[in-house]
Amino acid sequence: MNCSSWLLWGFASTVVLTSILAGSQGLGLTRMNVPYLLGTMFTPNRDRAKLIGIFLHFANGWIFSLIYIAAFQVIGRSTWWFGALIGFMQAFFVLAVALPALPALHPRIANEQYGPTVVRQLEPPGFLGLHYGIRTPISVVIAHVIFGAILGAFYTIK
Amino acid sequence: MAPPRIQDYAIIGNGRSAALISNRGSIDWLCWPRFDSAAIFAGILDPKIGGHWSIRPAQDSRTARRYIENTNVLETEFANSSGKILLTDFMPVTSEEKKQTMLWPEHELIRQVKCEQGQAQLFVDFNPRLNYGRSAPTIKDAGKLGWRIDVGTSVFTLRGETVLTRRESGGLSANVTLNAGETIAFSLTFSAEGPAVIPPLGDSIRQKLRLTIDWWRRWAEKSTYDGPYQRHVIRSALVLKLLSYAPSGAIVAAPTTSLPESIGAELNWDYRFAWLRDAAFTVHALFGLGYEEDARAFVDWLLHATRLTRPKLRVLYDVFGESPPDEQVLQHLNGYANSRPVRIGNAASEQLQLDLYGEVIDAVYRLLGESEKPDREMQKMLRQCATYVSEHWREPDNGMWEYRDKRRNYTHSRLMSWVALDRVLKLHARGQLRGIDREKCKEELAQVRKEMDEQAWSSNLQSYVQASGEEVIDAGALLFAYHGFEDARSQRLEQTHQRIRERLVPRRGLVYRDERSLKKREGAFALCSFWEVDFLARAGRIGEARETFDAALGYANEVGLFSEEIDPETGEALGNFPQAFTHLGVINAALSLRDSEKRKDKLDTES
Repeated sequence: MNCSSWLLWGFASTVVLTSILAGSQGLGLTRMNVPYLLGTMFTPNRDRAKLIGIFLHFANGWIFSLIYIAAFQVIGRSTWWFGALIGFMQAFFVLAVALPALPALHPRIANEQYGPTVVRQLEPPGFLGLHYGIRTPISVVIAHVIFGAILGAFYTIK
Repeated sequence: MAPPRIQDYAIIGNGRSAALISNRGSIDWLCWPRFDSAAIFAGILDPKIGGHWSIRPAQDSRTARRYIENTNVLETEFANSSGKILLTDFMPVTSEEKKQTMLWPEHELIRQVKCEQGQAQLFVDFNPRLNYGRSAPTIKDAGKLGWRIDVGTSVFTLRGETVLTRRESGGLSANVTLNAGETIAFSLTFSAEGPAVIPPLGDSIRQKLRLTIDWWRRWAEKSTYDGPYQRHVIRSALVLKLLSYAPSGAIVAAPTTSLPESIGAELNWDYRFAWLRDAAFTVHALFGLGYEEDARAFVDWLLHATRLTRPKLRVLYDVFGESPPDEQVLQHLNGYANSRPVRIGNAASEQLQLDLYGEVIDAVYRLLGESEKPDREMQKMLRQCATYVSEHWREPDNGMWEYRDKRRNYTHSRLMSWVALDRVLKLHARGQLRGIDREKCKEELAQVRKEMDEQAWSSNLQSYVQASGEEVIDAGALLFAYHGFEDARSQRLEQTHQRIRERLVPRRGLVYRDERSLKKREGAFALCSFWEVDFLARAGRIGEARETFDAALGYANEVGLFSEEIDPETGEALGNFPQAFTHLGVINAALSLRDSEKRKDKLDTES
């Protein structure tokens, strides 16, 4: 594994992923603010949650890029389209499995069956994250496909 | 049933947006997330399609309203033969420190109903309309998470402690029976960012009510005013705080658009923006009451807002200092009491008003006091404005009343040009401001005074007039003494006041702004009443000032709110509501009266 290439392109692709998701909010594609969503696992303070969430999202990006890189190493090649394909699969997993399961992991997300409580007040994402806006899946897929494409295009196999 | 009158409304808010609630328990105006956002309830401008959210007894009831003391939490009491209920409306507020310890919705409006006696049948009618009544939204049932309305990527959620059902005509409704001691509450939230915070009800509502009351009271208690008009002054300060946009410090002129200055006429304007014209009065009022932090926040906004356009100043800005949107007419709305058109945006933003420079400079001058040195940004702004005034004060403009027909050489604009030059020269003399062309400013200052002495005075009317060459009486002349241009006891000002009394005062406590407004069938301009109080106080006519003040205060509604204008025939409120400018007038008149009384007492003691 090429560690320096992973560190560089894992970081770069995470920057792009985060920017696309933030931009999607600005463009009115989704209401989902990923740093806020992640950061509220640790604090109810809106500003601090966003700051913590940015660090967490970067750490996640780097960690998840390892899976991409493992796949590149296994097949012995790294191309943009293969990275994009993995990105698409990850996005689908995030939307169909991870987001709906989030209320079980996140201490502040409300449960749809029981409603909000004093601690759990955050709106759950729902299937495909549709509670955060009907175009949420589009922005998540685009962001992850580009994330994978950047890794695939620029990661150098050793 | 006739629609509510303008004075039948009261306001609640959270320093970012505001709602108007009628004495029938109906929210007929709410714009989220900002004052100038599109309304979700605009029933005040068209009861049929505007949208509303009412909670009212099923039977006819007697109504009484009040704010919980020193707060912006509104209580409406309905009483009839079967029982008595208390409706409490508020937008939760608390300190930023407290917000950091709990999840807090971006925007929330809470309505709590308690049956205080007997049994009460209630009807709840939630009928939102998007974009100023243009469309009925799809309201989705989200089960335990309440009802939700998705608008683009934003979401409104409604939760209640009773079962709401869909109405065929749109919206949601409920018929509720409450017995003595029972309480139900509703929470409406708005989120532009996800995940939205969907607050719980029950104890959480009671906690928010306590926090909100506590926050408003703490703020109100900071007031240093201790005179006889305490109740009116505090209410006016609370209104100003409601109309200030906390993230930027801007203060909007009013939370509404197109409430008519004359019923059925076209004098309907959007006031949900911040006018520079109000700057000096605002700082004077806030500083005078001891709200230094708020005064500084306002001046910070002023500096920020004007940075891009200086040395030219726009008449008005939005809450973040941007240019307001172009004026549009909402054809689909009938308007309040069929007063069309309903406008959004404000074309006055493109007018030339030379009085603004004096307002802005005077605001900074009042903030700085006699010793504080302005920072570099303030110094730069003061120099730019002083230079601009020196070069442009002779030009005709639209004046403070924003007349659109033609530009004139308005006396008030000249007065404020004099104020601008006078204040920068004083700051320079005290060593607080450097880099101005002192000689040029002095020369222009003398020229402005000379022109006012010669051109603004009509020997025919024996009065200052609105504009040179036009024999129109204008209540703006009452400000000559306030701004220190001329002593209130001077012969000219006494004569001018006499002309104002003869031509612009239909009865004690009411003053038309000028003779042009009389022809347009406008109401009396509430602010001018308080200018008259200030003038009388400065002239040492304390008794008259008090009588006028008492009479003018009598035109507030029962919860102490003023609109822009007052119908002299009926005493009813006209124009956008509640109006920051009028409430600034209340505060400044009370301060002026207090100061004049103190001066008089001191003189009496010495003699």
